[in-house]
Amino acid sequence: MTRSIIPFGPQHPVLPEPLHLKLTVEDETVVEAIPALGYVHRGLEGLAQRRDYHQMIYVVERVCGICSCIHAMCYCNAIEKLMGLEVPRRAKYLRVIWSELHRVHSHLLWLGLFADAFGFESLFMNLWKIRERVMDINEATAGNRVIVSTNIIGGVRRDISEDWLKQILKDITEIEQQLKPMFDVMTNDYTIKKRTVGKGVLSKELCHQLGAAGPTLRGSGWAQDVRQLKYEAFDELDFEPVVEYDGDCYSRNKVRFRETFQSLEIVRQAINRIPSGELAVKPKGNPDGEIAFRVEQPRGELFYYVKCNGGKNPERVRIRTPTFANIPPLLAMLPGAQLADVPVLALSIDPCISCTER
Amino acid sequence: MKFDLQKWINEGRLKSPWVVHFNCGSCNGCDIEILDCLTPVHDVERFGIINVGNPKQADVLLVSGTVNHRNKTALKNIYDQMQHPKAVIAIGSCGLSGGIFYDAYNVVGGVDKVIPVDVYVPGCPPKPEQIIDAVLVALGKLKASLEKSDEAPGQETAPAAGEQPAA
Amino acid sequence: MMLDASTISLDGVRNSAKEMFDEGWRFVTQTVVDLGDEGFDILFHYDKDLAETHYRARVPKGTVVPSISGIYFAALLVENENRDLFGLEYDGLVLDFNRTLYLEESGDPMTAPFCKITTFINPNAKTEA
Repeated sequence: MTRSIIPFGPQHPVLPEPLHLKLTVEDETVVEAIPALGYVHRGLEGLAQRRDYHQMIYVVERVCGICSCIHAMCYCNAIEKLMGLEVPRRAKYLRVIWSELHRVHSHLLWLGLFADAFGFESLFMNLWKIRERVMDINEATAGNRVIVSTNIIGGVRRDISEDWLKQILKDITEIEQQLKPMFDVMTNDYTIKKRTVGKGVLSKELCHQLGAAGPTLRGSGWAQDVRQLKYEAFDELDFEPVVEYDGDCYSRNKVRFRETFQSLEIVRQAINRIPSGELAVKPKGNPDGEIAFRVEQPRGELFYYVKCNGGKNPERVRIRTPTFANIPPLLAMLPGAQLADVPVLALSIDPCISCTER
Repeated sequence: MKFDLQKWINEGRLKSPWVVHFNCGSCNGCDIEILDCLTPVHDVERFGIINVGNPKQADVLLVSGTVNHRNKTALKNIYDQMQHPKAVIAIGSCGLSGGIFYDAYNVVGGVDKVIPVDVYVPGCPPKPEQIIDAVLVALGKLKASLEKSDEAPGQETAPAAGEQPAA
Repeated sequence: MMLDASTISLDGVRNSAKEMFDEGWRFVTQTVVDLGDEGFDILFHYDKDLAETHYRARVPKGTVVPSISGIYFAALLVENENRDLFGLEYDGLVLDFNRTLYLEESGDPMTAPFCKITTFINPNAKTEA
C-alpha cells in the first residue's frame, strides 16, 4: 500500500474559502491530516492598537462577514461591561433580533453549501432562495445586506419601526413554512443519509477534550449554548439548547437545521416582547481594565478578551472564534475517512476561515 | 461562405463567460454575495455566466479581499493558469485598496499590486447586482480586446492561448 | 476591573492544565498580552458547563514556555499562533509549524511585529526584560 500526500485546497470548488489541508492517504483512506493556515491572515488583532475603541467595532465586524453583527455585539458588550454602561432594554432586544437573523442566514448558507458538497444542487438553490428573504429584511432594517453595522458602544444605531416589526413577523412565518419541507428532505432523504450518517463520528468525551464549540459540541450530546448565560435580552426569552446525540455529520446537520427554527422562534418572541424606550446611552471617558466575554455565534462559542488601559485605544483585543476551536476535532475525525468524504467532513464543522485566521 | 472557427469561438466566449472565484483574505461578506449571484433570485446563468472551479477553463477571475504575503503566490498562480483573453475583477473595498485593513501588518494591499485588474467593484460588500454588472463590463473589455486582435494587421487569428499580451 | 485569574508560575503551567483536564474542563484558549518591559502575560481560559476559570502566568521575555498541547491537543493551534505573532518559544509542541502558521518564511517573522512586541528569541542576544 503506497502513501501519497494530496493537497486539499486552498482553491477548491467545494469551499468558498481557502482552507488548506495536507492529506496523507493510503489508497483512498486518509491516515493523517495537517492544516495549513495563513491564506486569510490579515493581522486584525494588531489593528487594536491603532484604532480607538469606537473605530474598533468596524474592524471586528469584518472578522467575518457572515456573523458580523454578533462579533460587534460581543465586542460592544465587553467594552460596556468595562465602562459600566447599562444598555437600554429596547437596544438589547434589537441586538437579539439582528443577531438571530444573522444566525438564520448563516445556517441557511451553510445548509445550502453542505447540500452542494454532496451534489444536491436543487436543495442548495432552494435554501439560498429562502435565505434571500432574510437578507432583504437586513437590507430594509439596517441598510446593508451583509454587514449591518448597527451596534455602537452603549446601544444600537437605528430603530426598527413598528410596521417593519410586523412585516418581519409575517416574513419569518413564511420562511418557516417554506423551510419545513426542506427539513424533511434534509433529514429523510436516502442520499443525504447515505452520505452523512455514521460519517465523521466524534464521541462525547473526545469532542469535549478537543475543545469543540457550538453545533459540533451539541451534535455530540453536550447541551451547552452560551446564550444560556443570559447576555443581552436572552434572560427574558425562552429557549432550550438543541442537542443531538450521535456525533456524526447527520447530527451536526440536524442541530443546525433545528437551530434555524429555534432562532426564528426567538425573533418572534423578541418582537412580541420588545419594550419601547431609548436606543443608546452615551459613553463617557475611556474604558479601563480587562475582561473576557463570550457569546454564541452560528458556529459556536465566540470568545473575546479585551484589555484597555484608560487610553482611547484598546491595549489588546484577542478573538477566539469557534472555527479555531473546531479545527482540532476536524483533524481528529479525518483519519480513517474516505477521500471522497473529506469535503463533507470538512464542511460539517461549518468552517469559517476568515474567522479562524483573522 | 467560409466557416470562421475563430469568430465562432469568440462569440461563444462573449455569450457565455465562465468565471472562477478566488477568495484572498476576504471576510466572506463579498464571497457570499458572489455565491448569491448564482442562486435563483439573481441567477447569473441567464447571462450564460457559469462558475467553474478550474482556472484553466475560466475567462473571468473574480477576486475578493486583500492580498496578504501568503496568498499572493496562490493568486499569481491562478492568474497565470488562465488562458488568454482573460479579465480580472476586484470585488469589495479590500480588493480595491486593502480597505479597512490597509495598515495591518500582514496585508500587501489591493489586488492590483499583484495582478492587473480590469474592473473594480467598490462596496463593503457590493450588492450582487453590482457584481453581475461588473462581469458584463468585463465582457465589454474582452470584446474590445478580441476585436482589436482580429483587426490587427499581419495577425491571422486571435492570439494563441497562453500568449502574453503586449505590455 | 481586572480579570479574575489565579496566578501560576511557569512550572505550574503543565500541572494546572493536567488538573483541569482530569476534572473535565474544556480548553477555551490562551491569550498573550505584551506588557513591554515586564514581559508577557499568558492567560489560560477554561470552561466547564459555562463556568469560566482563568489562569495567569507572567513570564519575562525570552523564556521557553512549557507547551500544554500534549495534554490538551486543542492548544496546538493557539500555541503555534503565539509563536508566530509574539515570538514565544514553546517546549514540547506536538506539531510545530516553526513560525509558518500565518507568516511566510521569506517575510522574516522576526521583524513582523504584532502588538508592541519588542523582542524575539535569539539565544545570543540579551533579553530586554
